[in-house]
Amino acid sequence: MKITKALPLAALASLSLVLAGCGGSAPASSAGGIEVPDIPAATEVGESEGEVNIIAWAGFVEDGSTNPDADWVSEFEAETQCKVNRKVGATSDEMVQLMRTGEYDLVSASGDASLRLIAGGDVAPINTDLIPNFGHIVDGLKGQIYDTLNGKSYGVPIGRGANVLMYNTEAVPEAPDSWAATWDPSSEYAGKIMAYDSPIFIADAAVYLMATQPDLGITNPYALDQDQLAAAVELLKSQNKIAGEYWNDALKAVSSISSGTASLGTGWQVIVNIAQADGGKVESVLPKEGATGWSDTWMLSSKSKNPNCAYQWMDWASSAEVNAKISQNFGMAPANALACEGSKENEEHCATYHATDEAYYKQVWMWTTPVEQCVDGRTDVTCTNYQEWTKAWTEVKG
Amino acid sequence: MAAPTIEPEAESGTAPAPGSTRGGLGDKLSRLLYARPKLRLTALLTLPLAWLGVLYIGSLILLFITAFWTTDTFTSKVIPAFTLENFIEILTVQAYQLTALRTIGIALAVTVLCAVLALPLGFYMAKVASPRMRAVLAIGITLPLWAGYLVKVFSWRITFMSGGPLDWLLAPLGMTGPGYGTTALVITLAYLWFPYMAVPVYSAFRQIPDNLFDASSDLGAKAWSTVRTVAIPLLKPAFIAGSIFTFSLSLGDYIAAQFVGGKTQVIGTVIASNINLNPPLAAAFGTVPIVVVVLYLFLARKSGALKQL
Repeated sequence: MKITKALPLAALASLSLVLAGCGGSAPASSAGGIEVPDIPAATEVGESEGEVNIIAWAGFVEDGSTNPDADWVSEFEAETQCKVNRKVGATSDEMVQLMRTGEYDLVSASGDASLRLIAGGDVAPINTDLIPNFGHIVDGLKGQIYDTLNGKSYGVPIGRGANVLMYNTEAVPEAPDSWAATWDPSSEYAGKIMAYDSPIFIADAAVYLMATQPDLGITNPYALDQDQLAAAVELLKSQNKIAGEYWNDALKAVSSISSGTASLGTGWQVIVNIAQADGGKVESVLPKEGATGWSDTWMLSSKSKNPNCAYQWMDWASSAEVNAKISQNFGMAPANALACEGSKENEEHCATYHATDEAYYKQVWMWTTPVEQCVDGRTDVTCTNYQEWTKAWTEVKG
Repeated sequence: MAAPTIEPEAESGTAPAPGSTRGGLGDKLSRLLYARPKLRLTALLTLPLAWLGVLYIGSLILLFITAFWTTDTFTSKVIPAFTLENFIEILTVQAYQLTALRTIGIALAVTVLCAVLALPLGFYMAKVASPRMRAVLAIGITLPLWAGYLVKVFSWRITFMSGGPLDWLLAPLGMTGPGYGTTALVITLAYLWFPYMAVPVYSAFRQIPDNLFDASSDLGAKAWSTVRTVAIPLLKPAFIAGSIFTFSLSLGDYIAAQFVGGKTQVIGTVIASNINLNPPLAAAFGTVPIVVVVLYLFLARKSGALKQL
């Protein structure tokens, strides 16, 4: 009798110990409710397998074939004997789908894809000791909720960027300091506003609501309960009436904003840079309400056949020199703090993208997959998941 | 067929030359196939039928089955199950209904626009133009088919740009272009699919004997009555053949909608935004254009036009 009684108690005790252990080391204990398959991390980097298959955003894995000046693959191949096979992913959703095939070793996952990959058991935890360059990652990118669960790190940061407010200086002569002009139904730019075409854009509405309607009680734009989601959808529907265009292709956004087809709207710093390089009169600001943003990390497939080459690639791509090349080629803030030093070019790039400016990125809510367990720590409500967001987004566009 | 059957026989009778086994095998095969017409037919049709049945129809059936499955809301992994939820959703949520109706409306508008443009052009090419002019026009119609789809769509994107070529052209008249939206989308799609309507209408026009028009005017019909009572009834099969292309291609397009449609949402864009995240819902919505096209073909068959194709 005593034993049978003691057993559940012991189980409870050990469970609470485990929970305490998790809570202590995980920077975001609120995400502790997500069940994660137990996959062991590698303990050492062995001999090269001869190749590595990578899914990446365009511009992350370049061997000089797109632009002769952008080449950080050839040297890696020569040094490690790992041939790099690249597959360019167009959207986060596509990347998740491709990773599920098990044919790829690495993916450059954005925050809206990473949680799905971790919870689905598609990616393995990473032993950061095997990546010497991990130590130089800027503080703001370490241990974030979208790549770290239960104290285990699943991603090696590559870089980050904010979804800024871009404006055409001919149409908008005075720099705006608020998103209001893109949300207000009586905006003077009605019909000339561009918005990002993805369900994750609902978070942008939530960020604006956090500043303008505090009664809703939104504390994290990726943790919306039913009422808060409804309010965001309401706002997006009213924006739909004054929006001219939704974009999901960076080059399309460049043509809209520099031609003046759109006067202002959500964009990326890289779009502004391309437009300016072509002589477009385009500027950008981070409005006072804050903004959404994205951060990309290398993630290792749990079914990887070439883990040694994958680890070598992650370390290679995180080195100051290569990380600087990737971030300058793509147009984002590098993850490695040392990538901001060494040359005038590096320093200027980091200044443009606020790479080491944590105060700047404090106002930026990095893309995170919305899940039922509220990521803001609330336990009394169920939050809306990404599928509900997708449904809501279809309704917004009507 | 007969010659190779006889030749090896004569050869094998005289001397067993090297390679005679091969000839003998071919010989046997020929005789077998000659004796059994059914086997001959099977051998001929197996590959194309396998292609049609397994790859073409098979993938459609798989799509239909997927429509009854569900996904894990968090990891968006597909879970095989049986649920009508996806179909209920596309039938009850207003946004899906509106999108479906809008897409059908756009496809109809594109079809009508193509038909209205193809009629006078076909008439001119078949009955008025010199052979030289006719060749030039025929090349003119089909030449855009040689250019890449994205190139064409992007050039229309530039055309409709605010302050772009169209605005510049219309400025002296005090007007501006329609900008990105449904109108731009209809014009772009009509441009893309116009050859599929113009070519059948033109060849049908060529087959109408000139004296029918003479007879019509002899009997006192004015130009418009001739078109209405003589030309259009004779051209009906060509219009329906062309419309099957313009209608179904417009129904399925989504890239043009993304580039020139502004915020216009069509069936294709909804499927594209769900294909990775919620494949079963995308599959369920994907059956909508199939049902519409089947319905359209049924109506076309009922009108008797398909018999003359």
